[in-house]
Amino acid sequence: MITKIILAILALVAAPLLGALITGVDRRITAWLQSRYGPPILQPIYDVLKLLGKEPMVTNTWQALCAYVYIVGAALSVVLLFTGSDLLLIFFVLTVGAVFLVMGALASPSPYSQIGGQRELLQMLAYEPLLILVFAAIAMVTGSFKVSAVFEQTRPLLYDLPLMYIVLGYALTIKLRKSPFDISASAHAHQELVRGVYTEYSGPFLAMIEIAHWYEVILVLGLCALFWSTSVVGMVVLVAVTYLAEIIVDNVTARLTWRFMLKSAVGMGLVLTLVNMLWLYAQ
Amino acid sequence: MLGNLINQGRIKSPWVVHFDCGSCNGCDIEVLACLTPIYDIERFGILNIGNPKHADVLLVTGTVNHRNKHVLKNIYDQMPGPKAVIAIGACGCSGGVFREAYNVVGGVDKVIPVDVYVPGCPARPEAIIDGVVAALEKVKTLLGMTA
Repeated sequence: MITKIILAILALVAAPLLGALITGVDRRITAWLQSRYGPPILQPIYDVLKLLGKEPMVTNTWQALCAYVYIVGAALSVVLLFTGSDLLLIFFVLTVGAVFLVMGALASPSPYSQIGGQRELLQMLAYEPLLILVFAAIAMVTGSFKVSAVFEQTRPLLYDLPLMYIVLGYALTIKLRKSPFDISASAHAHQELVRGVYTEYSGPFLAMIEIAHWYEVILVLGLCALFWSTSVVGMVVLVAVTYLAEIIVDNVTARLTWRFMLKSAVGMGLVLTLVNMLWLYAQ
Repeated sequence: MLGNLINQGRIKSPWVVHFDCGSCNGCDIEVLACLTPIYDIERFGILNIGNPKHADVLLVTGTVNHRNKHVLKNIYDQMPGPKAVIAIGACGCSGGVFREAYNVVGGVDKVIPVDVYVPGCPARPEAIIDGVVAALEKVKTLLGMTA
């Protein structure tokens, strides 16, 4: 019980800070790939501090509520992951948060925000079945949807589910809105529809969304870490290699259309899952 | 303490939005040149953000005329405070060679308060970066952060 409380506090406090640092490193590596010098590693923290100090401005009060629910959803899903809870519960909590982000965007009549919100719904439509498939595959190997059951395994999940890891990587690129799937909103200088789903959030509410994004980065990398649950070094290496690949893909690909995203995500996800499941049965 | 941290963030993360208020595009190209690897303003935490609601600094190029003065005012009003305005180029500062034209209102300061003027035709990227730094110095004085 005590360890669970400590883990929960760690998830609430340390996870966003770590997420901010990872985002800072991401921006630095991106700048390096574009032969620029890049901002300091702590830049995301400066950005959020500044945004927290700005004058609050909302088009209607629903937006503020949506920003609060989004950050609570993201934080809660990280807490659930750290305390070894149910994968499906994590998924549902994450989805509730994501839906509220879209609702906040749709609560404003701005066309940029509206189209951004619709596109974010399409992105969710693309990554959610993939995540469910990955969770189901994990449950087939471990016999339980519990995160703690993964840590009772004697050999890494990656040996049994190598193709599911690719499916997870695909889903994560869509979830983190990295190029080529930065369709609903885009970070950095390559804008999409002004700022897509984020357009109408500003000041402290945008800061909350940024912090929620840090939580999501940690959640996503935590899910990757589950695939090498037997050693800490293995987890760190796997997560680092995955995120580096993610940054490189982000920089070398152009934005694709939502049709391509939906078709490729569902098509590729289903085929890879099927092959992996057959292989699992044949073993 | 949180106030100090927030002020620190304000100095280190000025996001700019650029509005072309009827410029000949000379100054606009120089503004965009600041983003290129040669000048790389992101190393100071400056981001070119396309959304006035997220921006802290408004960069305005070109003369203001009777048609676009409403647009300029609207963009300025959409920015949450604290905010700063930088007028770029001879036209943005005063109306330039067009100041006597019948359709021209004049410089940007005829419509909204301007904090820093960056002269030049067109203004060089170095001068624009200097302008943003000067605006930050002004903000520092306002916040009482001068050491």
